Amino acid sequence: MAGKTLTRADLSEAVHRNVGLSRTESADLVKSVLDIITDTLITGETVKLSSFGTFMVRSKTGRIGRNPKTGEEVPITPRRVLVFRPSQVMKNQINGVEGGSED
Amino acid sequence: MIKSELIQKIAEKNPHLYHRDVERIINTIFDQIINAMRGGDRVELRGFGAFSVKSRQGRQGRNPRTGEPVTVEAKHVPFFKTGKELREQLNRTEP
Repeated sequence: MAGKTLTRADLSEAVHRNVGLSRTESADLVKSVLDIITDTLITGETVKLSSFGTFMVRSKTGRIGRNPKTGEEVPITPRRVLVFRPSQVMKNQINGVEGGSED
Repeated sequence: MIKSELIQKIAEKNPHLYHRDVERIINTIFDQIINAMRGGDRVELRGFGAFSVKSRQGRQGRNPRTGEPVTVEAKHVPFFKTGKELREQLNRTEP
């Protein structure tokens, strides 16, 4: 596998190229999109992006964990975690399968 | 929130942009992420999270209804790891 990493800068560059906005404005828009998704998730609301996937927040209860190295018991406090569920379209694309139903 | 609502929010914050450009911006972002993953690349969005592709080996599965053995092909699965900042933000205020 290629092992390259795409960053915010690459996304901004793509927006700049595809939409023709300045690099600065493109970077601001990429940030804006991620910020809106973040703010929505923080309120506990699910974000569903068709043909991409769904981000949802799950609440986990507290439990007693264990340090696997020392065997020592550690309390794990209740917390909220973000779960991403890829769409069928994304899964197919990654496996080189054309099309696929919307999810 | 669904994609059209995300587009709406960005459009409201940027009244100088055409609606179709806002749509193009959002689609570009998510298409780029999928494209990178299709090539096996990682996508790291600081503060938000990272998308990567994991490989699953082929295995001998079973049709749960009939019990019949079936071959499950090796495949790639998308994976998302929440960024540290976002993880912390989710737990700053009690749910």
